[in-house]
Parts: sequence; structure tokens; C-alpha cells
Amino acid sequence: MNIRLSLTVNDESRELLVPVHKTLLEVLREDLDLIGTKHGCELGECGTCTVLVDGAPVLSCIALPADLQDSDITTVEGMADGSRLHPLQQAFAELGAAQCGYCTPGILLTAKALLADDPTPTRQRIREALAGNLCRCTGYTKILDAVELAALRMGQRPVRAMT
Amino acid sequence: MSKRFTVVGQPLPKIDAWGKVTGDTRFADDMVLPRMAFGKLLRSPHAHARVRAIDTARAKTVPGVYAVITGADLPRVKFGILPVSQDEEALCTEKVRMVGDAVAAVAAVDEETADRACRLIDVDYEPLPALMSIQESLAHPEVRIHEYGDGPNVHKNVALQFGDVEAAFAASDLVREDVFFYEGNTHLPMEQHAAVAHATADGKLTLWSSTQTPHYVHRLLARILDMPAAHIRVIAAPVGGGFGGKLDPFAHEIAACRLSQLIGRPVKIACTREEVFYIHRGRHPVLMWIKTGFTKAGDITGCHLKTWLDGGAYGSYGVASTFYTGVINPVTYKMPVYKFEGARIFTNKPPCGPKRGHGTPQPRFALEVQLDKAAEQLGLDPADMRRRILVEPFTKTANHLTVTTIGLGECIDKVVEASGWRDKVSRYRAAAEVDAPKPLWQPRRRRGVGIACSSYMTGAGTAIYWNSMPHSGVVLRADRSGGVTVLCGATDIGQGSDSILAYLVAEVLGLDPKDVHVHPADTSLTPVDLGSYSSRVTLMCGQAAIQAAERLRSAIFKAVAAKLDVDAGALAMRERKVGVPDDWEKAVDFARAVELGEAMHGVLAFAGSYAPPKRAGKYKGGGVGPSPCYSYTACVVELSVDEDTGEVELHDVWIGHDIGRALNPLLVEGQVEGSVYMGIGEAVMEAQVFRKHVHKAPSMLEYKSPTTLETPEIHTMLVETDDPEGPFGAKEAGQGPLLPVMPAIANAIYHAVGVRVDEIPITPEKVLKGLELKRQGKAARVGPDRVPLFTFKQPLVVESAFGAPAEAIAVRPFSDTPS
Repeated sequence: MNIRLSLTVNDESRELLVPVHKTLLEVLREDLDLIGTKHGCELGECGTCTVLVDGAPVLSCIALPADLQDSDITTVEGMADGSRLHPLQQAFAELGAAQCGYCTPGILLTAKALLADDPTPTRQRIREALAGNLCRCTGYTKILDAVELAALRMGQRPVRAMT
Repeated sequence: MSKRFTVVGQPLPKIDAWGKVTGDTRFADDMVLPRMAFGKLLRSPHAHARVRAIDTARAKTVPGVYAVITGADLPRVKFGILPVSQDEEALCTEKVRMVGDAVAAVAAVDEETADRACRLIDVDYEPLPALMSIQESLAHPEVRIHEYGDGPNVHKNVALQFGDVEAAFAASDLVREDVFFYEGNTHLPMEQHAAVAHATADGKLTLWSSTQTPHYVHRLLARILDMPAAHIRVIAAPVGGGFGGKLDPFAHEIAACRLSQLIGRPVKIACTREEVFYIHRGRHPVLMWIKTGFTKAGDITGCHLKTWLDGGAYGSYGVASTFYTGVINPVTYKMPVYKFEGARIFTNKPPCGPKRGHGTPQPRFALEVQLDKAAEQLGLDPADMRRRILVEPFTKTANHLTVTTIGLGECIDKVVEASGWRDKVSRYRAAAEVDAPKPLWQPRRRRGVGIACSSYMTGAGTAIYWNSMPHSGVVLRADRSGGVTVLCGATDIGQGSDSILAYLVAEVLGLDPKDVHVHPADTSLTPVDLGSYSSRVTLMCGQAAIQAAERLRSAIFKAVAAKLDVDAGALAMRERKVGVPDDWEKAVDFARAVELGEAMHGVLAFAGSYAPPKRAGKYKGGGVGPSPCYSYTACVVELSVDEDTGEVELHDVWIGHDIGRALNPLLVEGQVEGSVYMGIGEAVMEAQVFRKHVHKAPSMLEYKSPTTLETPEIHTMLVETDDPEGPFGAKEAGQGPLLPVMPAIANAIYHAVGVRVDEIPITPEKVLKGLELKRQGKAARVGPDRVPLFTFKQPLVVESAFGAPAEAIAVRPFSDTPS
């Protein structure tokens, strides 16, 4: 059975007709070609597929779009403001917080939600916020550093683009 | 005099970082081609069974199914990554040897249809007894998992002896014998393996795969599919984490290729997380017996090590793994005589293979914990004891390995200093001896510190298949635009190999890394690189890239020299210009210089090649262990142990790593931090274990790995030794820093609560058991206390080469550079 979906994805209105059992992850990757959202388990265990639904982190692999009618979804493709990267993206690139980069989109979005909630989080608060996002490459150190750097910069002034 | 660099040593972003933070990076499963079909493998539910018949008739009738294949649809070829262990089939025809062995594959219009069709394939199995441990496999020689090997269910049996260890023990002040066990664990890359195959009407085949070794996959596919290698193209997609888990040719890759050939459409097979746990090729469970002699001063007089590896169902890299449990041990401390016996046993479990550190974390754990015990018996500080007995630079080890530079002394000094070791060692020990009663509602936690050291290869000295060709090649093409293109078979698995290539070429040519375009890991375009394993890529591809860049530079210098009417030897390249440093106003732009070069020489394309110096010991087995140079690491861990729950909380890890030269310190730190993290997971959490033939925890939730909350602060300190073998002096960083973490944790736990857990992982249950034994006044040790009844081979006796001077400058093939 198909269902008509109405979603706002990265500030664009999307109308879709998809099988009712399709997950948000599948709709994003397969129907909207937003392959920036990755998957590590498809069981809601690793945090890789995290996207924002109305600003809150959601595991897209276990979210059903049928439950999310008219909601506002942000994926990693929607983080940058045009060609200007989000300070988190900038900091992750500069500090080497993305090694293989597979967990990166999910972590960026989780961190984005954290900074919206708490613009000056302690390192422990960042650890707690990211505890549901597994990363096997970095040992998390550079990820924590990058979130701290982004928070610092967001509290000050817009980031200059790297040349 | 220190070298001056412009790019090398800078903490630059990786060249692919931007794609990774924006979602642009296309991993294998992100690949979508028109008309693409989706494949699925049917895997065995039995750990050991004969396959009597497979009936695919019902599956073929499912609407949307394009093809169903079994082993009968593939050439009857057994394969394996090592020439000596050709024991795998993509789709098993006669027998399955583990739960998860593939027996059939389906291609269909979508994944759901393929999955439904798989369930309609009827396989008639005749179950056989399953052997799930080393002990069971040795106790049941009448049940044979394979028909080859060094004995019933014995894959490999090796014994090497360098000098007379018994005489050394007789002359020792202290001789210790200890038994250790290191449980298996798995890589757990965040990206599940995926492959897309596209067989085209011209009879050619392209495979995109999340593989760490497109070259070996390319070679093996030709054999497995019985078609010319020249008509196969293998492209490694950016790999979402490897750690050694994507180094074999796999059933899903082969099935995707065959299905695509049959149906004339591209076919994608993406593995589920559960499948990845069964694909495995991870850390071998290893039981170890180690006997070491010491003098009163703490010198090692000799060492005898026996290892038993639980190999799982197939050979994979297992012969190499077996050697690696023995051969790297003598590289760290002076060990005048050495004897090593090792055996790899087949069991009906997913095959083990090369996880980060390949075969060396297990014996490293044994040696470093034993050293700690010896230091205590001898009344020596464990840091000072290690510091005194380090291998001398530019000498050979007992087993004929050549050590070049060694910065381990400085690494120890740095971690001892930064951690406050001397103060904490005495203070925490004193606190541990005071048995202050505390109210029951207060947690009883005790702090401890522990130290351990290690060393690791910077690239294997020999290839997997014997040959005299380069291990790494680079083709460099200069463009009239001023850009430079690098073609190299290297596979970026997140470690940053693409970036290293760009940095090194930019350094030599005076460019910005942004001017360098890197095209990696495509067997139709790029010269061979053997693969991302054994920490070989930075050194080998790096040297090849430097050689190619120097050749390009020479050609351009010649043309610019003619133009400026100066001597080519007077020219330099920097800031995207070519000119005489003392007359820099006349320097020409790099793009202009390329035009001059092209006008003089024709197209500017140059190759660079690298093969390691030929230093293999002249004895059978001497090919495993040699490396151009070895990295060194020292680690101090501070933790606390909860005496009520047995839980271990890690507070800080100080890690000093001899990197030779940090080509990009940011990337090196990242490798070190990631290694420490992975070591922590192995030390206290992770275990690839089985119950009733199936994996006990085949999911990310059940297979516990450290999150941000369990990972402590990691303090990385780099030591630069400028090794003559490395590109601009660099050594490896991706594996070595994992090695000392587990023993440092075990030693810190002992320091905190006086309990020896001689077994990895160190779970709260084991710590509690040790504390209970301590309370009962018994030896507070938890771990194995016996070894299997097993006869090793007569050892190959070779004279110890310990202390012999190394050739100052090793002869390296392909190292001639035209002036």
C-alpha cells in the first residue's frame, strides 16, 4: 500500500507517494537521492542515520515517514547555507574529525541539535549528546574538539570560508 | 640540520574532508546505476554440514527475480587471499563450514524480492559435528573441517629458534612462565560491505566495492570467474572504515559479478550488519604460553613463546597471522635469543584474519604483562626497566629483522613525564595498601596507572604473492593549467592516503595540495598498490609519489633552465613558481614551467615505483616480519576500578608514538587516537564469541564497543626520528599505537586493586572474580592455566642475529632517480 507524504526536506516541500512501510532512511536515500544520510545497522543502534526532524535528532532507519507528515527534516545536505558551510562542517573538516566519514553526517546533525539547545556545552555535555553515535575511526577526540571549536565560533562571528 | 618543508608537517585538512562533511562522498552502497538489480546471498544456518542438494526452482518463479545462482553457476575454483590457502568458494558446493557460509545468490528488482526468493531456495543439508574451539578441533581429528594443512584441523604449524633459549634460561636470575588468553573481536567498520558489479555487452566487467585491496580482488576475480584480468576493472569506492575487515575477496563481490554477467544488468549486493559479523576476518582468539628469562637488572636473557590461534573456518591471511604472533616480539627490547612455536587451528566459526595490528596485539599483551610481573619481582620500576632494555638503533634482532631508528626511549620519557607516573605509582600503591573501611553506600574505587610499550611494521617487506615488481606505483601527469594529477592504486579507508599523496607531491613541486588531483584505486587507471594493510601505504606510495614528483621536477628544471639560461641545479620550486632562489623575481609560474617542459619533452607524465629493501632473513619463514622500518609506542593508562562491581573506568591515556616524521600531525594524531580507542574496546568490552554455533552478539547494540562516554581523554605525543627509509622520514601510525593499550590497562588494574587478569577482554566479572580470590587469600589471578596437548614441529634452528649491525643504507629496488 502506498501513502502520500508531505514533508519539508532541507527547506524544500516534497510530495511523495511511497510504500507505507518504507523507513525515513529509505525514502531519503532512494526516493529523494539524499545519499548523504548513511546507515550502519538499520536497527536503531549506531546513530549513523541520524537526521533532524523538527530540529530534534531522529534515527531515520527506524522512523516511519507516515508518522512524520508535514514535519521539517534536515539532512547533512541541508546543513550548509548555500555554499557557506555550517561551522560544524567547517570545524570537522579542519580538525580531522572525519576520517572515513561514514558516521560524520549523523554526528554533525546530532551536534547541530545540541548546539541549538546549548550553544556553550561542556565537553561532558558533548560526550553525552553524542553517546548514541558510534565512530570506529577517530576515538572521538577530534570530534569533541571540532564541536567545541564550532560552538566557540558560532558564539563569536561568522566563519570565513577556507580558501 | 633540520629539513625545511612547506606542506609536510602542516596540520592541513584532508583533501577529501569537504566531501565527507557535506555528504558528497559516494561510498559503494551510494552507487546507483540505471536498470540496477539488487542481490542477496542465502547463507548457511549450519556450522558444519554437507550440502546434498540445492533446489532453486521455487525461488526462480517469484515475480521480479532475474536470476538465482549456486556454486554450479561459477567455475569450480577454490580461492583464498594467500596462495598457500586456496580453500574458499564464493557459493559453497559440497560443504558449509560455518554459519553464514553462502550457498546461493539471487538478483531481483529490489532487495525485498531478492530476500523473499532466498527464503524459497531449498537446501538439503546433512549436518556434521561442529568444532567450536581449539580444544574441540584437536580432540576430534576424525572430523575434518578441511582436507589440507599441517595435520587434522591444523592449518599451520610453525617453529623457529634463534639461539639456545634453554641455556639462556639456565643463566637467568629470574625465569617466568605465564599463560594468557586473548579473545577474538571484530573490526566493526561503520560501513557494511557493499559491491556493485556491472558486466557490459562488450564482455568486460567493472566492480565497485568497499575493499581495502582492489589489486588482489582484481587478480582473484580473474581466476574465480575464469576470464582475462585485462577485461576486469576493480574500483575501490571510498571505504567507510576497514581496519583489515575488507582485505579478502568476498562472496558478495563475486556473486554480484556473476549475477551481472548472467542478467546483463548492474547488480548491487549490500551486506547487512549481521552478515558483516559473519564475514569477520577479525582478531584471532589466541592462547599463549610465554617463558622469559631476566637478569637482576631487568635485562631479558631469552624468550620462548608458544601460540595457539583459533582460525575459524578458512585460511584467509591465517598463515601470515600465525607468524605475526611470533615474529614482531623481538623488535622492541633486547632479546638475545628467541624461540617461537605457533599453530593455527581450524574451527567452524567465521574465519579470523588481519584486524588492526594483525596477530601482534595478543603476544604483545602477554609480553608486556609478563614484564610488569617480572619488574615487580625484581623490585624495578616498570617504566625504568623497559627504558633500559630497548633495542639499539640500526641493529638486527635475534630473528634477523633490521631495526633502523627507534624513538621509544623518548616516547617513554614523554608519557612518564606527562602522566605524573612517578608520583602516581607510589601514591596509588600506598593507597591500595591501606584497607580503609568505607560505608557500604560509598563506592569503593581505587586508582591505578599502568605502562606498556610496543612496535609495529611500517609495511610488509614482501608481497602476498611472490614477485619482483613494485609494491606501489604512481603516475604523475603535469597539466598546462598548472595542476598535477596523481594516479595511484592506494585505497583511502579514512586514514588519509589520498591526502598524503597530494601533500608529498605538492611538497616536492612547490604547489598547494589543492593543485594536486588524486585518482586512487582503479585497476584500469592506476598503477598497482598492493592495498591498505600492514601500515604500508604512506611509506610505499609516499616514496613512489616522491620519486615520480622528483622526475617531473627534473624535467621541468631542464626546460626552465634553458629558458632562464641558468644551471638546472640552481633552480627551486616553491609558491607555484620555478626559479633561482637568489633571483626569484625572474621565477616563472608553475603553469608556464609546465608549458616549457611540454615544449621540450612532450607530454609530462612520470612514473614512480617503490619496493621495500630486500632484507628477509635467509631462512624459511623469514619473509614475514621484515619491514622498511618499525614504529614505536609507549602508553600510560590511568583508571579506577570499582571494587563492588568490578567495573573499570578509564580516566586518561598518555601515548607517545615514534612516527619518524609527522607528514600531517593532525592525521597522525587521528590515527593514534583511533588506535587507542580501538585498543580500549578490545581491552575491556569487545568479544566475538559464539553460543550454539551462532554469534552471541551480531549487532551494534549487543556487541559492546566504546562510545564517547567510555572513551577517556587521549593525550598524544609525537616523537620524530626522521627514518632514512620513510618518505621525508615518516613511519606508520595506523596500527602500532593500538598495541600497548591492552597491557597498559591490565597493568593499571593490577596497580589499582592487585588483581591480575591475564585474559582479554577484562570484564567486570573477571575483575570481581580476582577480587574474591584476593579476599580468600588466594592468588588474585584470573586467566587460563593450561595449554593444549599439541606437538609443534621440530624447530628450524637458525643462528641469532641479535645485535648485528644493520646495513646503513639498504639497497632499495627502483630507487634510481635520473638527475
